[in-house]
Amino acid sequence: MTGGLALIWPAMAAAFLASLVEAVEALTIVLAVATVRGWHPAGLGAATGLVALTIIVVALGPLLDLVPLHLLQLVIGILLLLFGMRWLRKAILRAAGVIPLHDEATAFATETAELRDQARRHEARLDWLAALASFKAVLLEGLEVVFIVIALSAGRGMLVPASAGALAACLLVAGIGFVVHRPLARVPENTLKFAVGVMLSAFGVFWTGEGLGVDWPGADLAIVAFAAIFLATGGAAVVVLRRPRAEALP
Amino acid sequence: MIILVNVLRELMGLFVDDGALALAIVAIVVLAALVAALMPDLPLAAGAVLLVGGLGTLLLNVISAGRR
Repeated sequence: MTGGLALIWPAMAAAFLASLVEAVEALTIVLAVATVRGWHPAGLGAATGLVALTIIVVALGPLLDLVPLHLLQLVIGILLLLFGMRWLRKAILRAAGVIPLHDEATAFATETAELRDQARRHEARLDWLAALASFKAVLLEGLEVVFIVIALSAGRGMLVPASAGALAACLLVAGIGFVVHRPLARVPENTLKFAVGVMLSAFGVFWTGEGLGVDWPGADLAIVAFAAIFLATGGAAVVVLRRPRAEALP
Repeated sequence: MIILVNVLRELMGLFVDDGALALAIVAIVVLAALVAALMPDLPLAAGAVLLVGGLGTLLLNVISAGRR
């Protein structure tokens, strides 16, 4: 029971932070569409994306109950490892200056320029193309949120806290975006991705191990230890990768 | 159809960005599964393979990316 309770906050925090990143990315594209073609295609695309997401969740959600728990944990654990370590790798490389940081202002400018370019070529169809861009952004980023919520729950009754975390993040970003009407460029996206990568990788190791029959010491609390180890390793990697670059400077 | 292919490609991209990292993670999981099957009396051995293998894979990958 203690272990189960110990999972609530990490699951909720991981879902909140991951959804924050995804929602900011979706908002950037929806705002770019709204800037170029107005709120009608942007809102229509975003709303259709939300409806499509709801249909997918309602249709596929009950199927998860049919999958044996160990198999579900194994599959979700592997997907979490792939997903979490992909985020962590990118966040380490960005923090170390190996690859450039993701910039919402640049993403917004790029998306706006692409839509304007499409406007010159396909004026008649542009509203559809703009709505499609908004739809795709909401659907794809939303699918990532859905995956994260399902993966963090993984048959351990964490669906409510994880969903609450994700919903809070999406509402927060939508609310701020509605008020400021600008991409949220000040969100420390790489720090969030680093933190989420650490947490998802820790959950990934835990679920995969559970799926393989590993009896982790400390039960669910092992996730906290794994997160600390991934955090320390990621931090050390950033320091190691930064050093040669700093030494190369005149 | 093109939209569907694009969506599927982007969905795949959620999990696979660097092919070498994805492949290494799958290899670690397969190795851990083998250890779990061959050493059922030592279930923590598979866990150690997962954790140490995952961390090692990540470190090697980012260091090699940093040198490129």
